[in-house]
Amino acid sequence: VVIAVALDKSAEDARPFIEAAAPTHPSLIDTEHVVADLYRMVNVPTVVWIDEQGRIVRPNDVAFGTDTYRELTGIASQPYLAALRTWVRDGRLPSNTEALQRTQLLPTREEQLARAEFTLAWHLHRAGRTEAAEHHFVRAGELAPHDFTIRRGSLPIRGIDPMGPAFVDMFTAWAQAGHQYYLPLPTPD
Amino acid sequence: MTAPNFTLIDETRPTTVPATITGERIRIETNAVRHALGWELKPQGLCKADRCIPTSALQGVVHPDGIDLGALADVLGRPLALDVDERIACLGAAADDRGAQLASLEAPDFNLPDLAGRRHSLSEHRGKKVFLVAYASW
Repeated sequence: VVIAVALDKSAEDARPFIEAAAPTHPSLIDTEHVVADLYRMVNVPTVVWIDEQGRIVRPNDVAFGTDTYRELTGIASQPYLAALRTWVRDGRLPSNTEALQRTQLLPTREEQLARAEFTLAWHLHRAGRTEAAEHHFVRAGELAPHDFTIRRGSLPIRGIDPMGPAFVDMFTAWAQAGHQYYLPLPTPD
Repeated sequence: MTAPNFTLIDETRPTTVPATITGERIRIETNAVRHALGWELKPQGLCKADRCIPTSALQGVVHPDGIDLGALADVLGRPLALDVDERIACLGAAADDRGAQLASLEAPDFNLPDLAGRRHSLSEHRGKKVFLVAYASW
């Protein structure tokens, strides 16, 4: 079964995507970033394989269902989809799976403080304390500069276009500092 | 008894509690801490479910005017985001707790609503393979 989780500020932000896809699987809304916190997700898309016993067999990875954004992301959809089909049909995991299970990054204190600052900011924003909220959104992003669920994900809350100049500047500065925006696992074989 | 004057968010759940605020120091009445966080002061220490922090490890935490929020966060290893002017704090999840859960490879359960408001848990799908996809409109 697919479980889709939208890390969006409201159900309304996710609604057009969900209605267009008309999924038969659960398609959930996570305005508080509960799943991002539990699984240490720092960007979207993030995908996880969980087996019949509820065990994580392939940890956080970046994958796309199509090649729409391939030029931007450098990530091809086909090898991943083929590996996913093999696992679903035959229960066979890519050969590098066991090694990958040990590569799952664990949250740091700074990352968890960043999430607490994000939650505080979100609460202040909802209470109409937008100026105070802004300070904590910024602080959250400074504590976890690699966490784009915070840095980019907070832009729509703050009334900033997440596809506009603020994001372009954020993305450019990150790339110029030698960092990658997407951190996929090695391609499954 | 102080009137509830301070918002304390436990991970994502907010509660209003009576607190004494002196500069950056926040003291919350012990009963309110039990209500907001589930930690209860007992003869053997500060306890929640089957876990107890012994009294000997609670130095700086328990005071006549309540439980010191900063000291409590330190003892629990939990991050504390604080805004004294706005009288609000968020006690996040401990990195060690989250890390231990992920290192165990046991997928953390969650319960979230769909567009219609119907709630779903990961654990409802035990016995099936789950492909978990987090995405966003941004």
